[in-house]
Amino acid sequence: MSRIASCLAAVKSQGRKALIPYITAGDPHPRDTVSLMRALVDGGADIIELGVPFSDPMADGPVIQLACERALVHGTSLRQILGMVREFRESDTKTPIVLMGYLNPIEHIGVAAFADEARSSGVDGVLIVDLAIEEAADFSSPLRAAGIDLIFLLAPTSPPERIQAVAAQASGYLYYVSVKGVTGSSKLDVSDVETKLQQIRRYTDLPLAVGFGIRDAESAALVARVADGVIVGSALVTEIDKHQAQPEVLPGLLREKLGAMRQAMDNEGRLS
Amino acid sequence: MKYEQFPDNRGHFGPYGGRFVAETLMEPLRLLEQAYEQFKADPKFQQQLDYDLKHYVGRPSPLYFAERMTRAWGGARIWLKREDLNHTGAHKVNNTVGQALLAKHLGKTRIIAETGAGQHGVASATIAARLGLKCVVYMGADDVERQSPNVYRMKLLGATVVPVTSGTRTLKDALNEAMRDWVTNVDDTFYVIGTAAGPHPYPMLVRDFNSVVGRELLWQSREQIGRLPDALVACVGGGSNAIGMFHPFIEHDGVRMIGVEAGGDGIETGRHAAPLSAGKPGVLHGNRTYIMADENGQIQGTHSISAGLDYPGVGPEHSWLKDLGRVEYTAINDDEALAAFHECSRIEGIIPALEPAHALAYAKKLAPTMSADQNIVINLSGRGDKDIFTVARVEGITLT
Repeated sequence: MSRIASCLAAVKSQGRKALIPYITAGDPHPRDTVSLMRALVDGGADIIELGVPFSDPMADGPVIQLACERALVHGTSLRQILGMVREFRESDTKTPIVLMGYLNPIEHIGVAAFADEARSSGVDGVLIVDLAIEEAADFSSPLRAAGIDLIFLLAPTSPPERIQAVAAQASGYLYYVSVKGVTGSSKLDVSDVETKLQQIRRYTDLPLAVGFGIRDAESAALVARVADGVIVGSALVTEIDKHQAQPEVLPGLLREKLGAMRQAMDNEGRLS
Repeated sequence: MKYEQFPDNRGHFGPYGGRFVAETLMEPLRLLEQAYEQFKADPKFQQQLDYDLKHYVGRPSPLYFAERMTRAWGGARIWLKREDLNHTGAHKVNNTVGQALLAKHLGKTRIIAETGAGQHGVASATIAARLGLKCVVYMGADDVERQSPNVYRMKLLGATVVPVTSGTRTLKDALNEAMRDWVTNVDDTFYVIGTAAGPHPYPMLVRDFNSVVGRELLWQSREQIGRLPDALVACVGGGSNAIGMFHPFIEHDGVRMIGVEAGGDGIETGRHAAPLSAGKPGVLHGNRTYIMADENGQIQGTHSISAGLDYPGVGPEHSWLKDLGRVEYTAINDDEALAAFHECSRIEGIIPALEPAHALAYAKKLAPTMSADQNIVINLSGRGDKDIFTVARVEGITLT
């Protein structure tokens, strides 16, 4: 069983929901990333999604666009990010790491080389935003051979036949995009999400994590009621943006912000 | 190989093209493809399209023999396909007329578009006004500045122009922002992509709508030249005017075709917008194609005097035609394009847009290598009124 699968199985057996924070690697500076990852674990992260910055993040809202720009100003590269994961692994062999980004920087390294290096660095999963199942064949086999889960998105617009086809290709977990829109959107409607998750569950036993539009402890708790995992990105990256000039305060801030979500989600679990 | 059969049913031109977008857009793209296939087979739609192209756009556009240019350059005879005479002043309207009919058919009430030089934005705003659709145009903040006449035209036509300040503040960033709008408002919004790039079915759709240029040229050249031309020359940014002229000629092996990219300050300086000449395959804006990227796979900033060519990618069909060797691709620098801009204005009384000025500049080099009984057709894809401020600025002249 992969590190992601066993992590999510353990979370489930404890009657909890997974908390999956996202930060962009290299934001505000490459030297800050590993300590921020550790802060996320201290704040209650079950899995970390580590963003690979791209010059043209088409699916991202302004908050993560700016995070990408900050990271790229310092020349953050995919190979550097693999180095960050390796460094993180020196003190944490338990928390699964998912790299999330766009296809071109990965393809530039070459998928076979990337799969090798990602595995040896301690990466557990890869989510390529602009790679849908139709184009994924060349990527899934080397990644699978390296024991890396390929995480796919599902959306409000995905019809039943697509849900079925995507679920058949996916491993680790499925990432349900809660709203039509870009990351950091504010239109989240939990009852819509619940209806769609029920539909998706007809086709798969994979854990379902929900992201896009989860802003605070309250919305995290609401989503935790209906999903197996809660993904939070822009809400954390906003803090990094606000305090980019004082990176020394960031670990504490992220730990606190995530901790509040953790607590709200766990309370919700006990109540229901 | 039957070129006509491409793209394949997954939107691929050989290894290029495809559909590289986030999941939310996969189903809307499939529905668009389906609607387009129905439309293509529907005689009523074709009739409506033909009617609009004739009475609203003013087609067919003339094939004009440039007699003085021919004499001045020496060698092959020079013909201009006058897309600059279309309503709105460029080839872009051929595509927006078609896509807007699709938008109507799909019941969409709002169209969005990206634009570089502003020609596609104007063409989109125009057709939106005519059909009573809301229109929002995304335009790089730098392009808003250097193409102010077109920004004002869009506003006069009732469109909202949104300056895009992210990234390099040019066409590629406008495309990103339009995609973000589309994914957010996909229920009521139709995204009118202006060039033969983007996720499938857009490269096919834009090519098909612009192919009216090449189809007309087939009969016009038989009628006026007495046979098919020996060479076709067109500028390539995203490549919509070029693919529109080339596509109907691809099966005619005797016709040489040359696509001219923006060489900017010169390919060797790195300050250019010529992915086919100096880039390599990658994935950008929903398709696999030649792109300009750095050693980490990040998309590079581009440079061209012409906003309409200032783009780090290119339509996937061009990438494929390059690899197959069916079309030759080359680049022309800013200064050569500027010289051709002036020459065409002075010799033929036609002020060309800076984009096709690149094609003119290349044809000037090509013509003397050919004989006097051979014929070159240049796609004069747009008129140059929008560029007079840019040209004046480059030459240190202040216009008020």
